[in-house]
Amino acid sequence: MTALTNTQLSHFSAQLSAETLLEMYWYMLLARRTDERAWLLHRQGKIAFHISGMGHEATQVGAAFAIQRGVDYVAPYYRDLALCLAIGITPRDFMLSLFGKAGEITSKARQMPSHWSHKPLHILSTSSPVATQVPQAAGLAFAIKYKRENGLIDPNDASQPRLALTCLGEGSTSQGEWHEGMNWAGVHKLPFICIVQNNNYAISVPIEQQMAVSHVAERASAYGVLGVTVDGTDVLAVYDVMRAAVERAYNGEGATLIEAKCYRLTPHSSDDDDRTYRPREEVEEAKRADPILRFERHLLERGILTEALKQEYEQRVRQSVDEAQRYAENAPYPEESSLYEDVYMTT
Amino acid sequence: MPEMTLIDAIREAMDEELARDPRVFITGEDVGKRGGVFRATMGLYQKYGEKRIVDSPLAELSIVAIGIGAACAGLVPICEIQFADFIHPAFNQIVNEAAKMYYRSGGTWNVPLTIRAPYGGGIGGGLYHSQSVEAFFTHVPGLKVVIPSTPYDAKGLLKSAVRDPNPVLFFEPKKGYRSIKGEVPEGEYTVPLGKARLARQGSDLSVYAYGMMAHYAVQAAEQVAREDGIQCDVVDLRTLLPIDKETILASFKKTGKALIVYEDNLTMGYGAEIAAILSCDGFEYMDAPIMRLGGPDVPAVPFSHPLQEAFMPNPHKIAAAIRQLAAY
Ligand SMILES: Cc1ncc(C[n+]2csc(CCOP(=O)(O)OP(=O)(O)O)c2C)c(N)n1
Ligand SMILES: [Mg+2]
Repeated sequence: MTALTNTQLSHFSAQLSAETLLEMYWYMLLARRTDERAWLLHRQGKIAFHISGMGHEATQVGAAFAIQRGVDYVAPYYRDLALCLAIGITPRDFMLSLFGKAGEITSKARQMPSHWSHKPLHILSTSSPVATQVPQAAGLAFAIKYKRENGLIDPNDASQPRLALTCLGEGSTSQGEWHEGMNWAGVHKLPFICIVQNNNYAISVPIEQQMAVSHVAERASAYGVLGVTVDGTDVLAVYDVMRAAVERAYNGEGATLIEAKCYRLTPHSSDDDDRTYRPREEVEEAKRADPILRFERHLLERGILTEALKQEYEQRVRQSVDEAQRYAENAPYPEESSLYEDVYMTT
Repeated sequence: MPEMTLIDAIREAMDEELARDPRVFITGEDVGKRGGVFRATMGLYQKYGEKRIVDSPLAELSIVAIGIGAACAGLVPICEIQFADFIHPAFNQIVNEAAKMYYRSGGTWNVPLTIRAPYGGGIGGGLYHSQSVEAFFTHVPGLKVVIPSTPYDAKGLLKSAVRDPNPVLFFEPKKGYRSIKGEVPEGEYTVPLGKARLARQGSDLSVYAYGMMAHYAVQAAEQVAREDGIQCDVVDLRTLLPIDKETILASFKKTGKALIVYEDNLTMGYGAEIAAILSCDGFEYMDAPIMRLGGPDVPAVPFSHPLQEAFMPNPHKIAAAIRQLAAY
């Protein structure tokens, strides 16, 4: 796929209906405004922590729309707000986790926010130690292959996942976990896709200090996996390479490593101050190349989006985020007794 | 009833579970054609094929992580770590991931995973083929930790481990793989996790042990009964986590004296917890200081034979400790 140019792949996105394109835009916008609200709540002292996905939305929504959302397995990482919203986690779910309130669906408010999980939607629970989800996602993919080869599932059963997608940052690829997961994916030719959301920094440490290769995707060949680098601020370009990777996975042709180059528009988290290590001009330049503005321009040019529709979307997004915040603020905290639940599963 | 070795019982448990449930598979280093370096999986590759008996890359964290992912996807993995000494690269996946998955997902994603690993010294394995690692893991809620000492228990407990919806670490006393023999009934049975076993009855004192040391403790108890007329309860703990306080305390209530034996380094070892339980919940029955016999606090078991023997508790040392405690 490295050899394929974007024009060769663009037939995938060319087939997207106006309706789907607008839905993609909707999720990017929803993620952005939800994210911005979280920062606001943090500044207001209402929540303790936020880790942001701003700048990564095109990568995540492009990826989400290429898989069977809610069916294929996804093992996300903490920046994947847009990915998870597009799969079916709601702003209300997210707000409940920001506030640590009862009814929080991923973990009963045990985990920090952005540690996604949703079993009915086939989103695997993920932890804080980076890259741990990668070999687990290979395990999910292994199970898909195992079930097919051992006749445990009907290959035409549409409710069965057909691939496992996992995400992480470029810095996290320095972990052994990533290597071991990629290696299994290669050795067993698994229906597996790994998206490295390369925003050039791991907190403050630039990519040059993580690896001696200039592209994460170059490493794919070492695992017998196909590697491709894509502009992660271009939602349709991501969709195109993802669709090619998805076809490969569905057809039993093996795993794909996608390096999506993007930029973290915010500090690492609400606990970080990026001014010591990122020049302001660099951040400002990235803001001008904001993936949402880029997609907006594209849709406006094609006449798919109009100023009126944009206003309507903004209004609906705000309503949704307002409602989510109100709900979470009014929700009770978890009962103390819940501390002791779910240590062991009983049959 | 046919008599079999510990390792044959372990193999038979896996064989029966593989036959019973097509979701069960085995992965680990050399588990395929070679049948495992200890032959625990011997013949299973030939019987169930390469799709179910899967030689893994030489990478322990991935053996466990693949197991976690596959378990979350509804399979029932049995992961073999070739030696417990090599489980440390997988510590993160076991402690941060498998153990916490159910809790951190609010009781939605569970991990029905069994991790088998031969452990323990006395086999000329030196520092890195002799370790006892149970105490690292018994500190972690969410895990279950099982150590059998008889073929009967090994088979029944392993079957329970495979069927358990939680991650279970199953440590096998490798010194006893072939030397420990016992009767194993034909056909289906299980031994429940979380229940200790009274391996021998006596009212003078209680010996608490597991794995190879439980086997030795019974031998030592027989010896002191013969030679000194001291009658010991021997409690084979079998499941270290969750811990069977009831059986532990019931024996102590009867004897008032406790010797805890384990081959791991003494300090902060598993026996410390037994001592804490006895001194806290069994204080009114206590008749002597709680005694522990463990390995010395040196980094690991040395290779040289006399040094290894000096490190390892054995029936002789256990008998000496029993006499000392009985005299109190
Ligand atoms: C094993 C581990 N070490 C350190 C951390 C602390 N930490 C959290 S995110 C992060 C940087 C990750 O950077 P990258 O992988 O590039 O992802 P990004 O945050 O840039 O999206 C670090 C060091 C951690 N969570 N896990
Ligand atoms: Mg980064």
